[in-house]
Amino acid sequence: MNRTRRRKALSGFVVFLCAGSVVLALIPLFFIFGYVISKGFSSLNWDFFTKMPKPVGETGGGMANAMVGTAYLIAIAGGFAVPVGVIAGVYLSEYGKKSFGSLVRFTADVLNGVPSIVIGIFAYGLAVLPVKHFSALAGGLALGFMMVPIITRTTEELLNLVPGSLREGALALGATRARAAFSVMVPAALPGIMTGILVALARIAGETAPLLFTAFNNRYLTTSLLQPISSLPVQIYTYAISPYDDWHRQAWAGALVLVGFVFTFSVLARVVTRRLERMHRT
Amino acid sequence: MKLARIFLTVAFSTLIALPAISQTTQINGAGATFPYPIYSKWFSEYGKIHPEVEVNYQSIGSGGGIRQLTAQTVFFGASDGPMNDEQLKGAPGPILHFPTVLGAVVPVYNIPGVDAKLKFNGKVLADVILGKITKWNDAALVALNPGVKLPATDIAVAHRSDGSGTTYIFVDYLSKVSPEFKEKVGVNTSVNWPVGVGGKGNEGVAGLVKQTPGAIGYVELIYALQNKIAFGSVQNADGEFITASLDSVTAAATSASKSMPADFRVSITNAPGKSAYPISSFTWMLFYENPTDKQRAKIMVDFTKWALTDGQKYCAELGYAPLPKEVVALEMEALKKIKL
Amino acid sequence: MKTPSSRRRNTDDRAFRLGTGFFALLVVLLVAGIFIELYRTSHLSLAKFGFRFWTGRTWDPVSGEFGALPFIWGTLYSSMLAMLISTPIALGIAIFLSELSPRRFRAPLAFLTELLAAVPSIVYGLWGVFVLVPIVRKLQVVTPDWLKKVPLFSGPPLGVGMLSAALILAVMVIPFTSSVAREVLKAVPATQREAAYALGATRWEAIQAALRFGRTGIIGAVILGFGRAVGETMAVTMVIGNNPQISASLYAPQYSMSAVIANEFTEAADNLYLSALIEIGLVLFVITVIVNAISRLLIWSVTREVKAKAPKPATTMALAAPTGGGE
Repeated sequence: MNRTRRRKALSGFVVFLCAGSVVLALIPLFFIFGYVISKGFSSLNWDFFTKMPKPVGETGGGMANAMVGTAYLIAIAGGFAVPVGVIAGVYLSEYGKKSFGSLVRFTADVLNGVPSIVIGIFAYGLAVLPVKHFSALAGGLALGFMMVPIITRTTEELLNLVPGSLREGALALGATRARAAFSVMVPAALPGIMTGILVALARIAGETAPLLFTAFNNRYLTTSLLQPISSLPVQIYTYAISPYDDWHRQAWAGALVLVGFVFTFSVLARVVTRRLERMHRT
Repeated sequence: MKLARIFLTVAFSTLIALPAISQTTQINGAGATFPYPIYSKWFSEYGKIHPEVEVNYQSIGSGGGIRQLTAQTVFFGASDGPMNDEQLKGAPGPILHFPTVLGAVVPVYNIPGVDAKLKFNGKVLADVILGKITKWNDAALVALNPGVKLPATDIAVAHRSDGSGTTYIFVDYLSKVSPEFKEKVGVNTSVNWPVGVGGKGNEGVAGLVKQTPGAIGYVELIYALQNKIAFGSVQNADGEFITASLDSVTAAATSASKSMPADFRVSITNAPGKSAYPISSFTWMLFYENPTDKQRAKIMVDFTKWALTDGQKYCAELGYAPLPKEVVALEMEALKKIKL
Repeated sequence: MKTPSSRRRNTDDRAFRLGTGFFALLVVLLVAGIFIELYRTSHLSLAKFGFRFWTGRTWDPVSGEFGALPFIWGTLYSSMLAMLISTPIALGIAIFLSELSPRRFRAPLAFLTELLAAVPSIVYGLWGVFVLVPIVRKLQVVTPDWLKKVPLFSGPPLGVGMLSAALILAVMVIPFTSSVAREVLKAVPATQREAAYALGATRWEAIQAALRFGRTGIIGAVILGFGRAVGETMAVTMVIGNNPQISASLYAPQYSMSAVIANEFTEAADNLYLSALIEIGLVLFVITVIVNAISRLLIWSVTREVKAKAPKPATTMALAAPTGGGE
């Protein structure tokens, strides 16, 4: 009897510990969110969203250039990462059962795990040194490289979930494999693929390290592919390590905008996932 | 989903179309954090007179400025430590130095309970940075500051983690007054610090000192003033304890301007003169003598001429000393060397 | 019978296979390209220092002497400390969410823990500099003097240092380890637990059965989290103190591989310096490849057997699949 009670007590204790770890993990989450919201909210004003940074010593100014910059960089990154990732994912789901497919899958996972600063070094050597200037293009490339593995894996997994009967039906009607894949399978898996893209976008929107020596930074608003460009994470970093209180406040505001953006995308992705889960469960 | 696709297409095409809109010329420069406050002011004021010019200056440290200029990823560089012969040789073309302002590097500190202005001399500063003096109530510091109650707090040294001209000026001075420092650490924009924490940029060091009780660091005068961090006076070559100020920095430059070398690469740390501040320095803008981009070169030459004349009036309010007139005259001449 | 149209279809199909295969090949080429590029641009440093690079303790740009040991130490020490702190918590979360939690709490709690992964690294750094470091500094100040004598706790109260770095890394790694561990536990067939319960096990004992079944995968999850910690850049750079020294003290400012690259890359004024930094990047790359390879193999070995059974929406896998090695 004693032994059973001991076992039960131990079990209860472990359950308590596990619940406790959830609470423990959520403490920094609320701590961080609370701080970002409380410190950042008061500095959010119309100026912040529309003005450029002011010279040192003058208060005011904003991060308009950084926000446009981030949007621009994401567009460039997605512009090439989405086609590459989706098509690679199509290949993996159609022909990926052989060893080459395993190799691709493995390298995609490896690419996923490469530190973003290393990707930054690569993009520097590839796109900055040869043309001798920092550019939005180089920054977008670095970010795009990071998106490719996420989109590839998600596309493959989702295409595998689409019932094979759809493909077979298309083929039976005389479609080529290409037609079957792109006109039937991909559209069927599209919601999930979009989710993968959203997740990838949310991830790279907050990246700083690969931009430090590719997109560099820019005090002004530019939309040129070949000039350095500002971005929200880099601007936050520059302001955070400065000794100016005004810049610190703007850094928090920028952090709030960034977190809000990433949060929205994560929520969107999760909502779509849950809808998919429900669809496939029935 | 269709709606999303339409939205994305529209957004993407707008972004692609945007580059066609702007008409301005953008010039990229990078380098020292030391003059960043005055440079950002200058670019902003010059931009008001010439709205089609946008000078994007990033303060990544003097080492970075030299590096990026050499790699030609920026059009001009800025450094508080002149390029040495080896660096000049490594550049793809001859580079010219142009002093823009004078500044001072001050020893900043944060000692809880001590409000007084402390006195330092070169040897003591060198020993603190070398890690030989570890507590604020060390005998050497007490001897320099009778009447100040220095606590037994540990000294936390804050230095630059990035390649910095401010570092260059500081270690240049320390190497002149302490042979041990010169041997153990040496003079460069990035050195092997014996002790301490690294902060990025003048901003980083100022931030570290401000937040760390018992800290000592070195920053450009304006950073200490703007952030209201206490800084001490330093004993000069003539034995006087001088506090950094516009006058004391100008005094240090006076003797140098009489014997200014043609390439303007001169060190004025530990300068002679009763009222000279010992840790003063010029800061330079770096241009290629033979730039390929003539249009940008023309703009930057015009800007430099403005900065050396009208621009100097902004110096005082930001804590920089304006250049002596003789030096300005020499520079106007030297600007002609740039092949437009 | 090969009709004209079926012959055309064959060429179309072949074109399709080659065309899409090309894009898949791009992924492989990308990774290979990164390795080649890193190797090529670090050859100056590789040639000059050889193996000495990894054992040298001096990082001196003035004299051109570069030894990377302090950075390797800093990265490994901070990552190990982070794993020490985060693994029990992450596993606790994984167990709670996959085994113990009431069904209606599962989704929201899972979502919240995943939010930890969604916070950008720079925001962690910001919070670290302005909130965590002052707290750690206060902790250092109140550390009793006798404890300060222990090498683990020696040093002036700077706030920035190994402890702050380890704490931030731990928080950042928890969601990765926990979500992968959760997927591993989900892949454990229900029969394992049911058998345990049938034999009269308590909840904890049934969980132990599941853990035992999936232990390779869980080890894989932990290793993956380690890989994530190793690659983290921004948050660590802002709180580790940027001092290339090797110290066991939690309070001492130290340096990590990714932090030194971030700080010094744009100003490495000569080619040897730049090459040395890139060599550090090369090592970082190799470490993360090995760590990822090992952990994926371990996780794969558990989840593969069970994949055929229940087609769980792969998006959860993709969302959970740690986008590791962040910055």
